[in-house]
Amino acid sequence: MNDMTPTSAERAEKLEGMGCKRKRVEDIRFTQGKGNYVDDIKLPNMLYGEFNRSPYGHARVKKIDTTKAAAVPGVVAVLTAETLKTVNLAWMPTLAGDVQMVLADGYVLFQNQEVAFVIADSREAAADGADLVEVEYEQLPVNVDPLKAMAPNAPVIREDQKGKAEGAHGKRKHYNHIFSWQAGDKAAADAAFAKADVTIREMISYPRVHPCPLETCQCVASFDKIKGELTLYGTFQAPHVIRTVGSLISKIPEHKIHVISPDIGGGFGNKVGAYPGYICSIVASIVTGVPVKWTESRIDNLSTTAFARDFHMDMELACTKDGKLLGLRCYTIADHGAFDACANATKWPAGLFSIISGSYDIPAAHCLVDGVYTNKAPGGVAYRCSFRVTEAAYAIERAMDIMAQKLGMDPADFRMKNLIRREQFPYTSAFGWQYDSGDYQTALTKAMEAVNYKKLREEQKAKREAFKRGETRELMGIGIIHFTEIVGAGPSRNCDILGIAMFDSAEIRIHPTGSGICRLGTKSQGQGHETTYAQIIATELGLAADNIAVEEGNTDTAPYGLGTYGSRSTPVSGAACAMACRKIKAKAQMIAAYMLEVHDDDLEWDVDRFRVKGNPERFKTMTELAWAAYHEVPPGMEPGLEAVDYYDPPNFTFPFGAYVCVVDVDVDIGAVKVRRFYALDDCGTRINPMIIEGQIHGGLTEAFGIAMGQEIHYDDDGNVTTASFLDYFVPTAVETPHWETDWTTTPSPHHPIGAKGVGESPNVGGVPCFSNAVNDAFAFLGSTHIQMPHDHWRVWTAAEKLGLHA
Amino acid sequence: MAKSQVTMKINGKTVEALVEPRTLLIYFLRDQLGITGPHIGCDTSHCGACTVDLDGKSVKSCTVFAVQADGGNVITIEGIANPDGTLHALQEGFRQMHGLQCGFCTPGMITRAYRLLQENKNPSEEQIRYGISGNLCRCTGYQNIVKAIQYAAAKLNGVPFQEAAE
Repeated sequence: MNDMTPTSAERAEKLEGMGCKRKRVEDIRFTQGKGNYVDDIKLPNMLYGEFNRSPYGHARVKKIDTTKAAAVPGVVAVLTAETLKTVNLAWMPTLAGDVQMVLADGYVLFQNQEVAFVIADSREAAADGADLVEVEYEQLPVNVDPLKAMAPNAPVIREDQKGKAEGAHGKRKHYNHIFSWQAGDKAAADAAFAKADVTIREMISYPRVHPCPLETCQCVASFDKIKGELTLYGTFQAPHVIRTVGSLISKIPEHKIHVISPDIGGGFGNKVGAYPGYICSIVASIVTGVPVKWTESRIDNLSTTAFARDFHMDMELACTKDGKLLGLRCYTIADHGAFDACANATKWPAGLFSIISGSYDIPAAHCLVDGVYTNKAPGGVAYRCSFRVTEAAYAIERAMDIMAQKLGMDPADFRMKNLIRREQFPYTSAFGWQYDSGDYQTALTKAMEAVNYKKLREEQKAKREAFKRGETRELMGIGIIHFTEIVGAGPSRNCDILGIAMFDSAEIRIHPTGSGICRLGTKSQGQGHETTYAQIIATELGLAADNIAVEEGNTDTAPYGLGTYGSRSTPVSGAACAMACRKIKAKAQMIAAYMLEVHDDDLEWDVDRFRVKGNPERFKTMTELAWAAYHEVPPGMEPGLEAVDYYDPPNFTFPFGAYVCVVDVDVDIGAVKVRRFYALDDCGTRINPMIIEGQIHGGLTEAFGIAMGQEIHYDDDGNVTTASFLDYFVPTAVETPHWETDWTTTPSPHHPIGAKGVGESPNVGGVPCFSNAVNDAFAFLGSTHIQMPHDHWRVWTAAEKLGLHA
Repeated sequence: MAKSQVTMKINGKTVEALVEPRTLLIYFLRDQLGITGPHIGCDTSHCGACTVDLDGKSVKSCTVFAVQADGGNVITIEGIANPDGTLHALQEGFRQMHGLQCGFCTPGMITRAYRLLQENKNPSEEQIRYGISGNLCRCTGYQNIVKAIQYAAAKLNGVPFQEAAE
């Protein structure tokens, strides 16, 4: 080779494959205002729909009069439950096996529930019409407290379910009970507690919050009467699931439904489910014969579509006196609101909550979750986490601190002592999960060294002494956590949604000139899929990432997939993408062998080409092989160069991380200042470090919002009091702390490229880390647990209760 | 409803139209004119996704009636690029510094930063954070948005961009 020939490393760099901080493809259109979001879609003769909503948390609907609404100039039609009954759509099935009212049928069960749908030729006329729908209500007793839902005289939330002894997940204990779900070994856990030297028990509540993407849920339904076909544009994280569910509900054959998710302005779990707005828009388009757009307002979004958490966890740990964990028990009441519309894999009504043993080697454990109905909005989605994983991580990481406090051990030392050791992987937890890989001690050690943990504790000790002497009114808190996630749902033996296994897919076509297109069943909402999937292909096939188009969100062209949520895109579709590449590569190798007149086995892969072993001057590049695939294939071989792969993962992936947060708390005004936040994440193989860092910044900021101020709150009358940005805390650039990020790399052994997924780790790890820091500030005064969110008022109240204002 | 005649300059072009008096500027731009860069993210003037430049000030176009902009000069994300068609330093900076993810807040954020950098050519990090505090982002955590604006400020000032140490 002469000196001008680029080396393998130089050629690899040019591909911008895995590991490259490749700039995002999407940004070219987004920075110029040329994104295409649902509300940007305007079809000829399109009408607008708007809901009339319930002012009450619980009431009987005695009469609905639409006369005045229908008379508003521009109003075309008004739908009520009575109209929907004619097409058998007054109720719809939920993903969780329950049924949900599309429009109020005799009752309203939560404030802002959808009552009537007004269709008009402008947004304004639709809103005017919605205001003029006259509804006569008879108010009923309200319950918004999940802990009171199963009381003997609790208000009946669901008249339609009252007499049913069995629900979608087995026996029901009470008329407001939805399901019981348990995991682990109760007898073994009880035995561990019986022999333990030290136990702790704490009621750890994770309040109701909302994913709150900046773009709300919206859709445009367009029914073509001549063809009998429905085109549905929408903010769907899982477009194929919407198509299948849409077909089952509407009876329109699935091949006549075209679901399109264009650019999506953030999802975070909010856009997984099916909502009344979608059903009403579809019916409205069928009724009117023209397209109908529904755009949710922010208030509608926060108060009706897909809340998250509302888990109330009675958490116990058992330990030896020298700090070795023996057992874990957790009894949880889960508030699912008025309809069980949570988005979990169907067999898992409490999601993957049994990851609650976290990063620790706990020999015996048991958890039990009871889901209940209340007069609150339906949902129970995973807000930037895999199903119920953040609730689990919060409970274990708070409990670890509480136990360390009781043992008189440093929380970091206590964690270090109980972390699953590197040599224990693959590790089977007491709940039966097989953790794929990890190196937890290394991560925690690196985090502690990065922040000089020992010195921070010394500083804290000095500040506490100064506080006791009255020299300062500030308390310093240090939060330290080690979390483990379970993501990438999932293996078909564990996971399905309505019977559809949770595989995912990729279809790759390489064109004659060596560029190509990849289509997938996932759907980016800001994660940068158009950029990163192309990087996987670049490395696998030796074609420049810039020459690969990535397309998602069109159910007519994309192979079937279950969508993007629960950090599943990289673990599942990323794997499908790599496997499809390998099929293509295998065919290319045969073509290369034919062209070079050698046996397949005499070839080796080198970045972007097959070369003859021992004779690197003789090679065929992938670009040359792409051309050959269309005109020079070996005799008997089909022409073309494409592959599709449906990937059923053999296991979940288990990303992990170690975070440290340092806060200063002003006990007189309750203000918490985040002085420092350090996040070390291990997501296995890193595809694009720039995008990973961005995901971590964003997830930490959402975690900061949750821990420090977010709550969807209801008063006793069922009024939702935090349903706009006036009351629901979304951090601005001013409050948001500075983030320090770091990493270790422990590839997943079962994933084709070793990647684990990362988007949700910072939310899962961030929330307990902030909360531990605030709690740690007060721990030396005997406080064990202060409930989230840690806003000024609650922190001030905690200080008041501890007598710090005397 | 009786319509009012409005005339305004939008991204350098004069636009004349009839609007309902209650039509908000954001709906006039998006629904009537097809200028869909500015977005709608809330009902309470908090999120700033609809930010446009009106007569040299950043405004939330969900809180301005179209008739109030009559005779005005409006610039949206579609009008930010340089006159020669190349991208504005902010558009470049947001991409280089990974200052966006879902892209929904980006048009408002860039349009706000466009005015901020004319109000203050060399803002500190703190001034940038306060300067964009009327614009919410749910994806990025703002850190890279701050860097993107610093990148653009450096470029516009003709000085090399120095990333602050972590």
